[in-house]
Amino acid sequence: MRHVAKLARLALSDAEVAQYGSQLAGLLTFVDELRELDTDHVGATAQVVESRNVVRPDELAPCLDRADVLAGAPQAQNGFFRVPQIIAATN
Amino acid sequence: MAPLDDLSTCTAREIARAVNAREVSAVDIAAAVSAAVPERDRDLGAFLTLTPELMLAHARRVDERIAAGETLPLAGVPAAIKDNMCLRTTRTTCGSRMLEHWVAPYTATAVERLLGAGALPIGKTNMDEFAMGSSCENSALGVTRNPYDLDRVPGGSSGGSAAAVGGGLATISLGSDTGGSIREPAAFCNVVGFKPTYGRVSRYGLIAFASSLDQIGPFARTVEDAALTYDAIGGYDPHDATSLNQPLESTAGALRTDLRGLRVGIVKQFATADLGAAIDAAYQQAYADLANLGAELVEVELPAAKYGLATYYLIAPAECSSNLARFDGVRYGLRVDGADVGEMYEKTRAQGFGAEVKRRILIGTYALSSGYYDAYYVKAQKARTAIADDFKRAFERCDFIASPAASSPAFTFNAKSDPVAMYLMDYYTIPVSLAGLPSLSVPCGAVVPEGGTLPMPLGLQLASPLFSERLLLGAAHAYECATRHAAKLTRPQIAKAK
Amino acid sequence: MHDTNFEAVIGIECHVELKTHSKMFCGCPNEFGGEPNTKVCPVCLALPGALPVPNAAAIEHMIRAGLAFGAEIPAFSKFDRKNYFYPDMPKDYQISQYDMPLTQGGVVRYWLADGSKHECRLTRIHLEEDTGKSTHAGSGDGRIAGSTYSLVDFNRAGVPLMECVSDPDIRSAEEAVAYLDALKRTFVQLGVSDVKMEEGSLRCDANVSIRPRGSNEYGTKTEIKNMNSFRSVHRAIESEIERQIALVVSGERIVQETRGWDETEGVTHSMRSKEEAHDYRYFPDPDLVPMEIDAATVERLRATLPELPITRFERYVDEYKLNVAQATQLVDNGPLAEYFERAAKAAGNPAGVVNFVLGDLSRLANESGTEVARSRVTPRALAELVRLTDAKTINSKTAKDVLTRLWNAGGSAEAIVKAEGLAQVSDPGAVAGFVAGVLAANAKSVADFKAGKDNALKFLVGQVMKASRGTANPALVEQVLRERLR
Repeated sequence: MRHVAKLARLALSDAEVAQYGSQLAGLLTFVDELRELDTDHVGATAQVVESRNVVRPDELAPCLDRADVLAGAPQAQNGFFRVPQIIAATN
Repeated sequence: MAPLDDLSTCTAREIARAVNAREVSAVDIAAAVSAAVPERDRDLGAFLTLTPELMLAHARRVDERIAAGETLPLAGVPAAIKDNMCLRTTRTTCGSRMLEHWVAPYTATAVERLLGAGALPIGKTNMDEFAMGSSCENSALGVTRNPYDLDRVPGGSSGGSAAAVGGGLATISLGSDTGGSIREPAAFCNVVGFKPTYGRVSRYGLIAFASSLDQIGPFARTVEDAALTYDAIGGYDPHDATSLNQPLESTAGALRTDLRGLRVGIVKQFATADLGAAIDAAYQQAYADLANLGAELVEVELPAAKYGLATYYLIAPAECSSNLARFDGVRYGLRVDGADVGEMYEKTRAQGFGAEVKRRILIGTYALSSGYYDAYYVKAQKARTAIADDFKRAFERCDFIASPAASSPAFTFNAKSDPVAMYLMDYYTIPVSLAGLPSLSVPCGAVVPEGGTLPMPLGLQLASPLFSERLLLGAAHAYECATRHAAKLTRPQIAKAK
Repeated sequence: MHDTNFEAVIGIECHVELKTHSKMFCGCPNEFGGEPNTKVCPVCLALPGALPVPNAAAIEHMIRAGLAFGAEIPAFSKFDRKNYFYPDMPKDYQISQYDMPLTQGGVVRYWLADGSKHECRLTRIHLEEDTGKSTHAGSGDGRIAGSTYSLVDFNRAGVPLMECVSDPDIRSAEEAVAYLDALKRTFVQLGVSDVKMEEGSLRCDANVSIRPRGSNEYGTKTEIKNMNSFRSVHRAIESEIERQIALVVSGERIVQETRGWDETEGVTHSMRSKEEAHDYRYFPDPDLVPMEIDAATVERLRATLPELPITRFERYVDEYKLNVAQATQLVDNGPLAEYFERAAKAAGNPAGVVNFVLGDLSRLANESGTEVARSRVTPRALAELVRLTDAKTINSKTAKDVLTRLWNAGGSAEAIVKAEGLAQVSDPGAVAGFVAGVLAANAKSVADFKAGKDNALKFLVGQVMKASRGTANPALVEQVLRERLR
């Protein structure tokens, strides 16, 4: 659970780890019934629709005004978004 | 200009006709709505944000265009918009602390088309946080109540949009449906709720929950109004690669008065005997009413439907765990500072997301993670194919299927505290969503719930093959005209403006 | 030179920005530079509700690049999400390709300065989107370590990127640079990228390991990052090979890690001692639909491929017998190469033509700022000039003069030679006449030469050349002078 929370960048307290852990376990038991379903003969559906090759032409479209871009920024500086230090091990 | 009757009972068709005929102005409607809504919403809590100035500005524009000779299909129709759809300059929150103060700098395509058709934006409605829930109780920003019993939930996740129309505050509204989030609240609130085929309405500007399932659709008091709204918002959008590049045929022009020549599939796996005598009777009556309109009832089977919930609760969380990663405190929304970026991410997301959202992110991350991907995610995608295939087979023997929209009417607050009990509310709607089929809920009666005193509405779910919106809405209209259940139920008195 | 008991085993991983007008999934401009956060939109900024739509030109560039290296273009391809958190990743996932890329396999053929040809197989090339750019502030040198905060600019986020991963077929730093040169030449030739490391349109990392010569097993590899020019790549790889050999020779273990190249100090530093394995949780992107590339499309794109650098290089060396340096120079300048070929065909003497093209003509071009191919010297005129020189109708000095006149005024070499009587004089009688005149006028030099000063002869030759207005055959002049002065 801690590993999954780390992958999802969610800080969980010990109590939460226990609570979500047991809820997740319950849910996994619930979804485990899928194993009964024979799916050897079917392909996986990534999308219901069967379109292919949906692309756009290589043309320019208007950008956002920088004022709009930075309007919602929690912290901006000189036109940049500012974030706390990035420690290499964050990756 | 003859004033319209009580706006809270008029249909969109009536309002648009009157405004286009210049019998009443959009500006007058906007003024009346602005005056009435805040008071009437006080108990209901359908709206998170009201947009009176924006509504007035749009109303002026509508009147100008009509004066210049245009005819607008939704002229002057007061509309509410679920708060997971971006509307430029309005606060768009998804019912979450994460976006509590975020103002959208652009507008969703479906909303643009709605307003372009002449509708007036009353405001943004409450919802389960990030569209995850079936009762609207997961909203972090407000409580919405069922217009037919204020002690009961309006359903979810589009609870606010359903309550707004059900409570007479809006004539139409937009909601979104991923696993039942339009159909279930429509059933709970005695209104029509319609989810089109996946890809018929652009998702550009709809804040994503589960990308391969989300669809925008209308709530309305009548099937015809729902059809009018769908006709205005649907169609190809080059901004959405999953939107269908196929011409949109008008549905409002295809409404039927009977069901002669059509076969209705009654799904064996969706039998209603176990739902309680009163509910069972209501649905049996509904099926009989369909037969009385000339339809042939056929029993069909969806053997894989029972795996629908398990399938959905792997696919949707997996997609949402990735879609919600962008809420990281860097560019918009909530930020909780940390000593470094990693800490900032973790604290921001811990504080910004509620419990249900966290649960789904966690299970979604797990289902996609190394070592589990094949067993969970891929398996679920295969189950999805099996379910879609079941529907294809069923539709060889019938033209559309009928079932309950939900297993019970609206329940009381906190009734479903166990997450899995809540998930079961979408039992009938989820398989339809997984197959991408067009589907709606239309009022089909009322029962007094166990332990309750007031009769609560029930909804009949109809679903049809991919791209067959004309057939679906046409048939629903016939049923609605013959039975008129919605009008038979009166709302308890909630504060009315003069 | 490295300890020859060891062999270096190197693989190169490149990210190449594609040259399209707009970004990969939105219509923002794909341009270098500009004020921060002025080239973004809801899509590339990853605002809630935004959706990606792929750029058709980027897909075509990608396929053409693959075809240029002989890669296979599978019939079916898709985009996948690569999930990880980083401040310059707007969506906190990157749209990339995991198990069904647009191209598969392929080989990069390249040459070294000594003319030898080599091959490096490609593991894969796939299409993805670039991230934004962070600058780290608060420390003295802009590095992450020691910075207290970072500033992020998303102008670059969403630019289409080709990721090329090579097999570890490269065996030296020189080969690595030659491989990169081959990539650069090919991509520039195809018009798919500018490939400028200084602008970030080419970024690369190297995987380096060593093993005892003759062994077939792979040693522990390290990943080298932060190389900002081809020269850095060379120096960094050399440095790392040395470092690894020294460790192994002294009995120590090589740690699998990422190391950053430090340009100033000339060494690599360990960046992470513990390799954090990423769980990217790849899954097909549900916002995008798959691509089906049919044979007709592949053939249409294949037909647009120009002659590739390696093919042209081989043709120049094998058919035209140019040396490696000459062939390389021409391959790197398309218009000049085409000019050269037209002239060479007309003259029937590629060697003669290339000397002019790369020598005097290029010099004139540099001085005047006009390209050779746009100058007044037509390839036919040059060919004529070369033929005249080959036939010894004019000598080399005259040829230079005529060339200058052609450069300034155009026209035909033959016409100029005729008009001004510049034909080389090789008639012994005529030469004797000039010689007699010069000897008579330069008694002192004659005396100097007879006294043993060889320089005097050179002077006398010069005088004869002057007297003949440069047309006397210099070899004959010298011969006649020597006879007369005996």
